[in-house]
Amino acid sequence: MKNKFTKAILTIAMGSALLISCKPKNSGDAVSGDAAQKAYVAPGKYDEFYNFVSGGFSGQLSVYGLPSGRLFRVIPVFSVDPEKGYGYNEETKPMLNTSHGFVPWDDLHHTEMSQTNGEVDGRWVFGNANNTPRIARIDLKTFTTKEIIEIPNSAGNHSSPFITENTEYVVAGTRFSVPADNSDGDVPINTYKKNFKGHLSFVKVGKEGQMDIAFQIQCPGVNFDLSHAGKGKSHGWFFFSCYNTEQANTLLEVNASQRDKDFIMAVNWKKAEEYIKAGKGKLTPTKYAHNVYNESTHTATSEIKTQVLILDSKELKDICYMIPCPKSPHGCDVDPTGEYIVGSGKLAALIPVFSFDKLQNAIKNKQFEGEYDGIPVVKYEAALHGEVQKPGLGPLHTEFDGKGNAYTTFFVSSEVVKWDIKSLKVLDRVPTYYSVGHLCIPGGDSKKPFGKYLIAYNKITKDRYLPTGPELAQSAQIFDISGDKMQLILDFPTIGEPHYAQAAPADLIRNNGQLKFYKLEDNKHPFVTKGEKDTKVVRNGKRVDVYMTCIRSHFAPDNIEGIKMGDEVYFHITNLEQDWDVPHGFAIKGASTAELLIMPGETSTLKWNPDRVGMFPFYCTDFCSALHQEMQGYIRVSPTGSNVPISFSVGTNLPAPTQK
Amino acid sequence: MKTQQISILSRVLLLIVAALFAGSLFVPMWRIELEAPQYPEGLVLQLYANKIGGDVDIINGLNHYIGMATLHTDNFIEFKILPIVFGLFALTSLLLAMINKRKAVKLFLFTYVVFILLAAVDFYRWNYEYGHNLNPDAAIKVPGMAYQPPLLGYKQLLNFGAFSIPDTGGWLMSAAAVLLLFVVIKEYNLLKKK
Repeated sequence: MKNKFTKAILTIAMGSALLISCKPKNSGDAVSGDAAQKAYVAPGKYDEFYNFVSGGFSGQLSVYGLPSGRLFRVIPVFSVDPEKGYGYNEETKPMLNTSHGFVPWDDLHHTEMSQTNGEVDGRWVFGNANNTPRIARIDLKTFTTKEIIEIPNSAGNHSSPFITENTEYVVAGTRFSVPADNSDGDVPINTYKKNFKGHLSFVKVGKEGQMDIAFQIQCPGVNFDLSHAGKGKSHGWFFFSCYNTEQANTLLEVNASQRDKDFIMAVNWKKAEEYIKAGKGKLTPTKYAHNVYNESTHTATSEIKTQVLILDSKELKDICYMIPCPKSPHGCDVDPTGEYIVGSGKLAALIPVFSFDKLQNAIKNKQFEGEYDGIPVVKYEAALHGEVQKPGLGPLHTEFDGKGNAYTTFFVSSEVVKWDIKSLKVLDRVPTYYSVGHLCIPGGDSKKPFGKYLIAYNKITKDRYLPTGPELAQSAQIFDISGDKMQLILDFPTIGEPHYAQAAPADLIRNNGQLKFYKLEDNKHPFVTKGEKDTKVVRNGKRVDVYMTCIRSHFAPDNIEGIKMGDEVYFHITNLEQDWDVPHGFAIKGASTAELLIMPGETSTLKWNPDRVGMFPFYCTDFCSALHQEMQGYIRVSPTGSNVPISFSVGTNLPAPTQK
Repeated sequence: MKTQQISILSRVLLLIVAALFAGSLFVPMWRIELEAPQYPEGLVLQLYANKIGGDVDIINGLNHYIGMATLHTDNFIEFKILPIVFGLFALTSLLLAMINKRKAVKLFLFTYVVFILLAAVDFYRWNYEYGHNLNPDAAIKVPGMAYQPPLLGYKQLLNFGAFSIPDTGGWLMSAAAVLLLFVVIKEYNLLKKK
């Protein structure tokens, strides 16, 4: 009896030990010995790549170095940035204008660099606004937002801002289908199937980057998710993933997950251009803002446009084709050759890879299984190159290394999986910490990837960093993919929440003609002051314009009197410096318009409404020189109706001999 | 009488000297390189025959901290005289090749050496003037400190290291001096034992 009992205890103990030893090792083991060396960039040395990372709900774009993961700069795009005065100073306020008026925030999900011949060219980065639909263009000579265009007939510009191989177009596909702008939107929500439409927008990009909506394609009401342009042989086509083909308007997590397959929509935009030429487009009234920052006046202007050209996908049968794709496809990625289109069903346990050649044949031979709301649906097998079997759970996005390999992220199983595009065999897998969303390989969605590093942008960080209360650090992870096996070399925290990102060789961006400062002689700001002798204070009724200059280490004028309660004061400040790395700042007590950061040769304007009688100091906020702390001044505010005259000076209004 | 004339080689060399003088009109003669922790890329002041070049605006901006007067081409009569002098030197060398008299060459070499000495004195005088004549209201005052750049070579001035050396034009002028000296030595057979 006793013996049996001992045996039983022993058996249980051994069994437990076995079980415990079966538990996988923890994440600490995933980093191997030479990782630190691979990610190390010595002080004073440059990184190999620039990484342009979307800020997600921060609305901004962040710039990191690879492989060090060092943050260089946060570029304000869709959200105000009091630090730089973006959206607060008079010059940049128009950048955030929309048909809804001034919108101070948005959600930037994806970045896409301009391309020439399918290769990243280092001119611009585009970003999408996911809430109030817009596309922004960021100039890489100045690392500033130069243009923002609003997208009409849309809501939630998610499948954007992906571009064609010569940056002919940057696209926008609406995540929410909504009633068109010129129709009555005041309809019951459950009339989705009848009244809601999905619009795809093709925005033309000019030689200088200027954006203009060339046309929109009106499609059935579904959710457009992501997209990528064809390249090489498939240049002329665009591929959009769509979900909610159930056309549900409530509880989408259930109701939009009913169908076994949704679609990837293939759009022949060359054909669309032909129809436009043939006059098949309809000019339709709408309202959208187009905002442009002019570098010579240092000022943005906003124009409201009132019509857009629309093509109907139902009427014009050979523009759009639906390819069935399992389970609510998310990522829609085209390999460097342009032949393979990877659809990632976020609830699927396999990855379908479509062949462009097969798709063309299927269309030619009319291998259709029917129509979806007037759009031909190609037979799944007819367009299919093959499926990657058992890759993982919840595939989201795929990038390419240019050596015939694809890398797909898996949100549910929290890993990156490397597979061979042709043979569809899984080659390697690494865990991510945790639940990876997008990934980026420098040039990884272009014809010419620089397949040395892979960056995974994670959705959950949990225990990876020192905790910071309920809201934790957001994070990216860098993998060395130069060998057969992917190797984790670095974790680095990011701003906002990172979604898609782009990366390019450092030299391509460094040597693109980057600006060091603005030439004062080229400054055409209407309120520029090109020298201290031209400084002045001008009253015009209640409006007072202060023409001010700054140079190390003083403002001119720095003593101003004669301002009265009820005045609207505009400080137009020109930075007279003509050297690299000498910005000046300007802040005045009590201002609700944040501060100015003025680059050398630039003019910026801070609007200020004094709220009380008294003395208001102002000072330089950017540590500019050894005497930065001396760079300050005073403004005297008198009561309404006071007879203190306007006066201004620098260096002459010396201390009075007696007291007031 | 025949020995008073100069060889073909020397005449060719004189033509080269003329070209060197003419060439130095278009390139900077002298440069003062400045380096500081704030300027890892360095700043440079270049003195041409007819103007001050390089990062003169930036240097003027910085000099106000120590009260040094700002540099302007118009404030120096030298930039009006030097182009004429160099032009004359070029013409003279051309004439010498034609006149074909060794004594004339010797005289010219002597004149040139005197000019170089005068120029050095003048350069030193201006360096001294700018380095010592400081605005008493300057923000940075270091007792006993002057900011005179070196005539030739390196000197530390507060956070700036100043390196004063000939620029392209200076080297062209030096080459001219060497060639003239060579012609004189050759024509007077100074190296040959009698």
